[in-house]
Amino acid sequence: MSTPDTPLWEVFIRARQGLHHRHVGSVHAPDTTLALQAARDVYTRRGEGVSIWVVPANAITASDPVDKDMLFEPASDKIYRHPTFYDIPDDVGHM
Amino acid sequence: MASALFNSLVAWADDQLVLGHRLSEWTGKAHVLEEELALANMGLDLIGQARNLYQYAAEVENAGRSEDDLAYLRSERDYRNLLMLERPNTDFAHTMLRQFYYAAFMQRYWQALTGSRDERLAAIAAKAVVELQYHRRHSAEWVIRLGDGTEESAARMTDAVNTLHRYTGEMFDTSADLRALIDDGIATDPHTLRTEWEADVRSVFDRATIAWPEEEPPTQRGGRDGIHTEFLGLLLAEMQSLHRAHPGQTW
Repeated sequence: MSTPDTPLWEVFIRARQGLHHRHVGSVHAPDTTLALQAARDVYTRRGEGVSIWVVPANAITASDPVDKDMLFEPASDKIYRHPTFYDIPDDVGHM
Repeated sequence: MASALFNSLVAWADDQLVLGHRLSEWTGKAHVLEEELALANMGLDLIGQARNLYQYAAEVENAGRSEDDLAYLRSERDYRNLLMLERPNTDFAHTMLRQFYYAAFMQRYWQALTGSRDERLAAIAAKAVVELQYHRRHSAEWVIRLGDGTEESAARMTDAVNTLHRYTGEMFDTSADLRALIDDGIATDPHTLRTEWEADVRSVFDRATIAWPEEEPPTQRGGRDGIHTEFLGLLLAEMQSLHRAHPGQTW
């Protein structure tokens, strides 16, 4: 439960060098130090990560679902924006 | 020398197993999911270390006993763990302070043992040291927050200090077996780490606004000689019941 003393934090974990941090879930904690420790204890128990970010959930500004069509529909018929028409050399690795 | 090594390995293993079992007792009872997992994680670290030590002890003894025999088929008087580690969890403040007292010592002791002449022991220590570093960090943060928290949390942390401080001295004792290992370059004298341990604990107490006991009570000891408090018998009865009821059972 989120209380004034233990706000919600969103957790982002980088699985290994070269990848970016991905959102994995959230934890409750009173401050940044314990939020990082809680994220470590809850989300890296099976060797999932090499780096953790925690972000106060209330610091995230989210798009409104009502605006879905206005924001995202215009992109749906513009396939030429996808980089699928190029061959990526194997040596490039993760993009 | 083999018996000195065996006895010391078992004493260290008993420490990890008994404290690991105590932490496992929090499963389903912690105040938040995050801390429930933190306690279980620390418990599993310790039980893993206990296994490594019991396995090595069984090999050193070479009498056909396994790690399970050592953990589940020895009675209270055969256990050699520190008295502090068998004490009941009482509350979260007691549990975290006990973890901090022990981890602040043990992370340093494992660090010292990474330089052991015994390569197997040095390898066990190298794996354990990073685990104990985290235990120390996590428990220290809670000692600070509870000590410098609400009136209630500060009272509980002070109560924990008043109860547990007298048990810390036993960590720095040296048995005859351990003395033999020290003289042989296999182990480190725990007493050499006491000043550093005390400075660490004092600095965390300062941040927690918790007073270091002015008159240090006489040290409670006996665990290393198999003389335990009434709490260990109950712990072992629960921990060993499954194995004793179903000998040789496996997962």
